[in-house]
Amino acid sequence: MRAAAVPIQRPRDARLLVIDRHGELHHAARAQLAHWLRPGDLLVANDAATLPASLHGTHLRSGAAIEVRLAGRPSLQVDAVHDFTAVVFGAGDFRTRTEDRPAPPPLSAGDRLQLGPLQASVVRLLDHPRLVELHVDGDADDIRAGIARHGRPIQYAHLPQALALWDVWTRVAAQPVAFEPPSAGFLIDWQMLHTLRERAIGFATLTHAAGLSSTGDPALDARLPFDEPYHLPASTVRAIADTRRSGGRIVALGTTVTRALEHAAQAGPLRAGEGLANQRLGPHSRLQVVDAIVSGTHEPGSSHHALLQAFVDAAVLRRADAALAAGGYRTHEFGDSVLVENARSSQRSPRQASRTIVRSIERPGFAGLLRPA
Amino acid sequence: MNTLRDDPLAGLRVAITGGTSGLGLALLQALSARGARVAFVARDAARVRRVAHDLPGSHGIVGDIARRDDIHPIALQVTAALGGLDVLVNNASSLGPVPLALLADTECEDLEAALAANLLGPFRLGKALLGALAASARGGATSLVLNISSDAAVTPYPGWGAYGASKAALHHLSRIWDAELREHGVRVFSVDPGDMDTPLHALAVPDADPAALQRPADAARPIVALIANTVAHREVA
Repeated sequence: MRAAAVPIQRPRDARLLVIDRHGELHHAARAQLAHWLRPGDLLVANDAATLPASLHGTHLRSGAAIEVRLAGRPSLQVDAVHDFTAVVFGAGDFRTRTEDRPAPPPLSAGDRLQLGPLQASVVRLLDHPRLVELHVDGDADDIRAGIARHGRPIQYAHLPQALALWDVWTRVAAQPVAFEPPSAGFLIDWQMLHTLRERAIGFATLTHAAGLSSTGDPALDARLPFDEPYHLPASTVRAIADTRRSGGRIVALGTTVTRALEHAAQAGPLRAGEGLANQRLGPHSRLQVVDAIVSGTHEPGSSHHALLQAFVDAAVLRRADAALAAGGYRTHEFGDSVLVENARSSQRSPRQASRTIVRSIERPGFAGLLRPA
Repeated sequence: MNTLRDDPLAGLRVAITGGTSGLGLALLQALSARGARVAFVARDAARVRRVAHDLPGSHGIVGDIARRDDIHPIALQVTAALGGLDVLVNNASSLGPVPLALLADTECEDLEAALAANLLGPFRLGKALLGALAASARGGATSLVLNISSDAAVTPYPGWGAYGASKAALHHLSRIWDAELREHGVRVFSVDPGDMDTPLHALAVPDADPAALQRPADAARPIVALIANTVAHREVA
């Protein structure tokens, strides 16, 4: 696959690789997504807007230039804007690959940071020299204004031009709580929402504070995704129940939606309200809610890619990866998409053998085994 | 008489542009008094601070809706402060040339400035906040965009070319957007509040007799009633 290097959310030639529940692959135009869903299905999106969570500034004790990337918050409450988990980089910006970014000066509890108009302090290090708990000073309105005006969207070196907020807000972006865009939702526009309606396909949302996709530090990347708070509206819980009752499928638009719904289902029937998704999904996961996922074309080895193995066998995913590579599909957040139907529903018994194999090679090392040869 | 508890405005999340003077300020005060949670936008930081201080619980946001680069920071602060949005009131307006000028004497830049504030600003802010408004509607409410218009949008008053043309465009944009968004539970109305004793009117007609004009608080009353009636018709999903 090649990197999508232009920040266009809905390129006219965007493609969709459909992996159906039998493991068959289909190449499609992504704008036709609604035609790959069935009347009675429910498409669930993450309606989080994205914060400009990259804050450049100075580590006051050393005078060194730093970049702080906000990466997590304990809750979605509107006034919970003082405390964040953050990854700190040294001098430079997104144009340098995160892997090549210099480390920040040694950080310790109590260090003061000046981030444009914002003042913050390091509360403590989180078992890593670049991962900190950050406290931002001041009135909540002033903090929101400071982030809104000084912050820039978090981005990576594969996109050479600086992103604006409108590049990373989806058409349904609502409450700004995501640290990176829930980019599977880039494909939605109001024409598609109209088409879903016409085809009697439901549309619902939840709000999930999507965190960082990469830090460039192997030890930190192994800890991704961090815990992510989400809010599940009562209307979405009702829509899911109605869909289930009438035999429709729950189609998650993105990994964040999948993570939130499956987390919410861990403790029994879905309930509306706020939760903190802290689980990892992978080949070992048994999905309770989600019947299919629409996702970006993530590269083998990433946590997003691992999540897809909750839907299909490693062998099928390996064939899909090969098809994506051979077909010239584009990867990263502005790239093409996949629709993966869950093979592990009641019809999945013929695949029991291969699933057992996948389960035996859980997390450590499995990603390497799944890389296309 | 509704108690505050039954009032459809209680807890409603409302954003108002041009909230530090005239009709915008009157709407802000009236909605806040009815228990709405309000955020307002204006260009002058000192005035924003003063109004926010005088109206505890309100959220003042400094920004210029005529500037493209201000729109997303404004939208972000609105939805972050209110946790979403139910009603957007696009009230901030530009008169165009001051003093008023015949259209043939209007500089192109003055027409562009009127269109930026009166048409592009509401369009851009409406787009940036549509996700939040639609999320509110999916939750079972009717959400609402109110675009403040003028009889100059309909009647061709000589001297009001830039303002009238921009408000006419806003009026028609509102009608089309309403037709498109209705199925998603979002209504878009344009309303003409009538002539009022406001800073904008004073710029346009400096020698007008203020006593012959509506007070903004009186002009705000039917608009508050329109908001209350619209959001009260919630479909229980």
